[in-house]
Amino acid sequence: MNARRPMKLMIVDDSNIMRRRIERSQQFEELQLVGTAGNGLEAIELFKRTDPDVVTMDLTMPRMDGIECIGRLVALKPEVRILVISALADKATAVEAMEKGANGFLNKPFTDRQLNEAFAELMR
Amino acid sequence: MLHEQELKTFVEGTTNFFEVAAQQAASIGSPYLLEGTPAVHEYTGVINISGKREGVVFFTAPKAMLTVLLMKMQENDFSHETMRDLVGEVANTISGNARRDFGREFVISVPSVLSGEKPAIPQKPGLRSFIIPINWRSHSAKLVVSLT
Repeated sequence: MNARRPMKLMIVDDSNIMRRRIERSQQFEELQLVGTAGNGLEAIELFKRTDPDVVTMDLTMPRMDGIECIGRLVALKPEVRILVISALADKATAVEAMEKGANGFLNKPFTDRQLNEAFAELMR
Repeated sequence: MLHEQELKTFVEGTTNFFEVAAQQAASIGSPYLLEGTPAVHEYTGVINISGKREGVVFFTAPKAMLTVLLMKMQENDFSHETMRDLVGEVANTISGNARRDFGREFVISVPSVLSGEKPAIPQKPGLRSFIIPINWRSHSAKLVVSLT
């Protein structure tokens, strides 16, 4: 990996297993985890406190879903890079997420390689 | 009522989950129809379906299978809460993947999880269930699809 400036990473998913999996599997030294959230509302609070550069975002979550959360985060920081990681596999949902401001989309389930390729594409 | 091609979507989704997430293929048995409430294992992840179709999709598995699945996923927390998290995530993943064929009008809920000896499975009266048997390593689980 090339040395790059540290980038702050926030992981949003209602599954603890998925949050740990993403944290454990990503191989970019320049990504520094600043926190994790289990739904969109928690994510917004954490985002305001930690100002991340990169966010992974689940879509199906309680309290506030990922699509709404993406719009809120982009409004707070337009340059944030958001990778959606979701089981929802229809094209219309991917298009909607991108229109809200997401920069990449990875379907669950995924391999470590697919995850890291998605991160690499996101940070290009 | 599910058509054959729709059932295939869930079979493929289940196959794909084990191949990718557990890196070890599962053997999927022949799906069959069941009247009434299916028997469940220790942990059951339930997804309520609404929109163009209505009903439930649930994944039910024994603790022993979930433990091995967690190991294969390099997880080191085998608590009751993590088992619940896992069955919910499996049910969510397979149901969400089905939108590739069913489209976004196939609306899935966040998972609810049941555990214990005789949990009450929410079912729409009159709906029959398709049972998809899943054999993985030495363990058996099932995906149950009950849709209008």
